[in-house]
Amino acid sequence: MTTPGPTNGPSTRPGPATAAGPGVDSSSLLSLRGISKHFGAVEALKHVDLDVPAGQVTALIGDNGAGKSTLIKAIAGIYEPSGGEIFWEGRKVSIHTPRAAEELGIATVYQDLALCDNLDIVENMFLGHEKTRTGVLDEIAMELRTKEVLADLSVSTVSSVRQLVGSLSGGQRQAIAVARAVMHESKLVIMDEPTAALGVSQTAQVLDLIKRLAARGIAVIVISHNLTDVFAVADRIAVMYLGNLVSSGPVVNYDPASAVDLITTGESSRTAA
Amino acid sequence: MSDAGSTPAATSDGRTSAMGQFRRLRQGDLGLVPVLIGLLVLVVYFQVRNTVFLSAGNLTNLFIQATIFILLAMAETWLLLLGEIDLSVGYVSALGATFAVILLDQQFHWPWYAAILVAIATTTAIGTLQGFLIIKLRLPSFIVTLAGLLGWEGVLIFSIDRQGTGGTIPVQEKVLYDLVNANLSPLATWIFLMASIAIFCWIIIRHDQSRRSSGLDSVSTWITWAKVAALVISGIVLVLIFNTNRGSFTVLHGMPYAIPVDIVMLAGASFILTRTKAGRYIYAIGGNAEAARRAGINVDRYRLLAFILTGVTAGVAGLLYASRLGGISDGVDGGNLVLLAVASAVIGGTSLFGGRGKMVNAVIGGLVIATIYNGMALIDMSAATQFIATAIVLVVAVTMDSLARRGSTVTR
Repeated sequence: MTTPGPTNGPSTRPGPATAAGPGVDSSSLLSLRGISKHFGAVEALKHVDLDVPAGQVTALIGDNGAGKSTLIKAIAGIYEPSGGEIFWEGRKVSIHTPRAAEELGIATVYQDLALCDNLDIVENMFLGHEKTRTGVLDEIAMELRTKEVLADLSVSTVSSVRQLVGSLSGGQRQAIAVARAVMHESKLVIMDEPTAALGVSQTAQVLDLIKRLAARGIAVIVISHNLTDVFAVADRIAVMYLGNLVSSGPVVNYDPASAVDLITTGESSRTAA
Repeated sequence: MSDAGSTPAATSDGRTSAMGQFRRLRQGDLGLVPVLIGLLVLVVYFQVRNTVFLSAGNLTNLFIQATIFILLAMAETWLLLLGEIDLSVGYVSALGATFAVILLDQQFHWPWYAAILVAIATTTAIGTLQGFLIIKLRLPSFIVTLAGLLGWEGVLIFSIDRQGTGGTIPVQEKVLYDLVNANLSPLATWIFLMASIAIFCWIIIRHDQSRRSSGLDSVSTWITWAKVAALVISGIVLVLIFNTNRGSFTVLHGMPYAIPVDIVMLAGASFILTRTKAGRYIYAIGGNAEAARRAGINVDRYRLLAFILTGVTAGVAGLLYASRLGGISDGVDGGNLVLLAVASAVIGGTSLFGGRGKMVNAVIGGLVIATIYNGMALIDMSAATQFIATAIVLVVAVTMDSLARRGSTVTR
């Protein structure tokens, strides 16, 4: 699957025509073809093919050690794949560093959220991307923009954007991390276990937020162990099993029973894989 | 129960912001309130025990003592914010001053500015070297600077004894000597302090106004004006203290030069910390280095910058120290100096765990330490009691830091 082939479909981008792999659907924002990753003798990813369309939530599910985290780290530029190709908006790209992923418009929200508890919301939102005026931090511009982004995402539970992030609840922290991810014109947001540590009402808030992202045309990949959440929020499902992507497709093709089968055994009599 | 209330983010009435202040208080970010109360208690106690304490002469002396603690504490603050520490800062600052004093001596006769530059360059180079070892080789700062504490003392003793002046080199050059031992004229004292306060008030008012005009929450106007009034009053009180004649036989008045030196250093350091990316990154790295790294910040570069800034600040502190002692000797107790520096920073409210603190905390903490030492000497307390009292104040301060830290990470 690693042989380049002709593009099958109109390119959405001007510029030099680049070869897309066979079967690459140009309507997908991100397409993985034959992605593999070795850690020494361990094969963490085995020829993974995945299409992630814009404006949809793709849930990546699988048991511990199935390779979900390795896969998103390959997309986010943290691990370089050992083999395979990544297509972004129909063009072949290589994502060597987190910065490269960010420049393409890929933002990742890790489970630990990577927030600084000792900084306030505005400071966290702009961390590493501060606005300045003549070399001096432009706090007012940053605060206004933060309020705008939070209002835009209907994040209304924080009382002040100058609150320290350490004082926020789990759901609020998740919301801030997501808002930071989408602030920089991201086209794909990857979220690792966004609801793992949350209570019922906060989980609902975060799932709501994920749906709003998709409604804005952003592609979302969500890793989750919680099938209730997956079926509540996902448009598409992709199941990983021992480094293989064993099944993927629209959520209507699955039900919780078949999903559990796929997660635990890698196959299910109930799906047409 | 919804978390932290469900007030929309767009609310901008004064009540919300007042509640924000209150929330910060509850989070343990008490600011300077407790330490200022502590300072007041100390002042009252010493004044009751000995009425000389609040005399202009003694207060000026206290401020001079404090200038050195303050600068050393500021030097330490750069690293404490990262969760690092520099145990060598006492000897490093003394070593820089030693080089300056030697170069100003009869033998070399360098101009004062060149000697001062050498002193600061020396401490900066040492800070950079230690920082480089700590960052590149991933060594703990505690150990590297502990080695520094021992090693630089050795270099200091070697350098001084080589001069063959019996272990002490006096400062004979006028500018360095005058740094602590001479004063601005009363008029210059008025002008300098009032101009400093005017600039500071202007910054506060402008900050407040630009927030208001951009439609952002701001503290109530009366809080701003109360701050301004407090600043102006304390400025005037300072001028009156410094401009009172404190000589017995000759007229002696005006502000010692060391104080403007501290004010300029404080302004510069505070500017870097609060208004520049570098300062923001130092806080971020101290709070969550991994988050800073993922945000694309070159963590090592900014950690090294903090070590460099510690070196620069220590260089200035050493010059004040040599000036105050009127020379430098091989018996300098850099170990005690660094402990008092860390104590000053922590007493002022800077966290030992990184990510929390301000330069102004070093000023307040330095004043507390100077007050203890000055006051205890006035009421003839033994050195033993002084040590114990400092220890108690330090433990109280660290306890408050620890409680504040716990309070600020409570999830509700």
